[in-house]
Amino acid sequence: MLTRRSFVATAGTALLAGPAIVKQGLAADDLTLEPELPGGVRDAARLETLPGKVPLVKLTYRPPNYETPLHYFNELYTPNEAFFVRYHLPDIPEVDAAKWRLGVGGEGAPNRYELTLEALKRDFTPVEVTAVCQCSGNRRGLVAPHVAGVEWGYGAMGNARWKGARLKDILERAGLAKDAVEVAFDGADGPVVEKTPDFIKSIPVFKAIDPDTIVAYEMNGAPLPHWNGFPARVVVPGWTATYWVKHLTRIEARTKPEENFWMKGAYRIPNGKFPIVQRFLSQETGVNTPITEMVVNSVITAPAAGDAVRAGEALAVKGMAWDAGYGITLVEVSTDAGQTWTRASLGPDPGRYSFRPWSFSAKPDRSGPLTVMARAMNAIGQTQTTALIQNPAGYHHNLMHRVTVNVA
Amino acid sequence: MTKLSLAVLLLLAAPAFADEQTIQLRDAPGRDVVLNSCGACHSLDYIQINAPFPDEKLWRAEVTKMISVFGAPIDEADAKTITEYLVKNYGAQGPS
Repeated sequence: MLTRRSFVATAGTALLAGPAIVKQGLAADDLTLEPELPGGVRDAARLETLPGKVPLVKLTYRPPNYETPLHYFNELYTPNEAFFVRYHLPDIPEVDAAKWRLGVGGEGAPNRYELTLEALKRDFTPVEVTAVCQCSGNRRGLVAPHVAGVEWGYGAMGNARWKGARLKDILERAGLAKDAVEVAFDGADGPVVEKTPDFIKSIPVFKAIDPDTIVAYEMNGAPLPHWNGFPARVVVPGWTATYWVKHLTRIEARTKPEENFWMKGAYRIPNGKFPIVQRFLSQETGVNTPITEMVVNSVITAPAAGDAVRAGEALAVKGMAWDAGYGITLVEVSTDAGQTWTRASLGPDPGRYSFRPWSFSAKPDRSGPLTVMARAMNAIGQTQTTALIQNPAGYHHNLMHRVTVNVA
Repeated sequence: MTKLSLAVLLLLAAPAFADEQTIQLRDAPGRDVVLNSCGACHSLDYIQINAPFPDEKLWRAEVTKMISVFGAPIDEADAKTITEYLVKNYGAQGPS
């Protein structure tokens, strides 16, 4: 694991070697940038340490967008201090837990009330859900042709054990009414210009009352890190992270669809292009629909690109696979650039919304470059794609991951 | 949250985001307008990471979006200067 100390040491060495190397030391040696990323990412991306975090791949400082280096996904649960950071708006207050209040109400929930953090923990049965939190635009930087946005590599995701109260229970206390259609969330973060739309997201009622949808106050057995939504955030297992509103301050049961830019203008995919089961009908137009479930996907976490490997010796290949909660049933690995495929072993199943570990033992017999690929399938037959499903915002990238090593 | 004027905001933003000072946008006509206008709401690495693939149409659309969707207080003349700078320095035809 890369510590701050080793990062500083490397940077120091680079400084001695001259200015040309400094950039490499920061942008190339310590972090592997995928070759498919836009050229400009090479100018901007570097390992940077936010308070309370290990060095992550900084794409933008303000609002902060930092991704998790791939090697952290060797672990089933992504460490809190290595979990990716993604914000839309630059005003991010440090929430004082003692002063924090969560308002619950709206036209579709007449008995409005307020919760303290203590009451949130005390008044509702705590539940724990293991779930992958993945940005809708994870891997956007790998999309060809490029589309504008935060140019993520593989690391805008993480897997964690989320503990909190069921949103269903919270809504029931407010008297969730039959005519509610959506439940909207607002967080403490906000814009710096008055006219910028505040980041408010809604989900359909069926998803809001799903027993796995929670308001989480713990992550991997610890309070949520500031950068991941302290003191509480929404967890919508199976759905992309755009709905997992951080620093949650307000839950509103709505009898009409939420109309703001972040629902109507952003986070939309063309109708009918992706194999999605759970739709968001109150927000659907004739053209597009909100992104909802994650598509089936996988990463190779070992070996790492460029590793030196010995011919005739076993090569441990491993990684993680995940989907929207139907369950990973098959992971296959290819060591001949996709011509033939062999079934990998699946590790223990930590829950339907979790990363599912997989492993495979390869035996490279020839020297030269060797390309390892992985592909996953889930219980309802969804698979990863060989060709990108194009969409304007570059969401749902689930092309098979390939890693090339050097056999000697 | 408190809404601040742009001028106050710029004053406040500088010390709070010291790391941003390391970002060096290409020195070319229009850079100051870009630093002041775009940098008021977001760090300038947003420009770097989205280069050099956007053509003139895409950069113009991005600038328009910042004004019409996100409410950036940028007048027409500055919007034109910004777009030209981005196209020339971070665009599909610009230096890469």
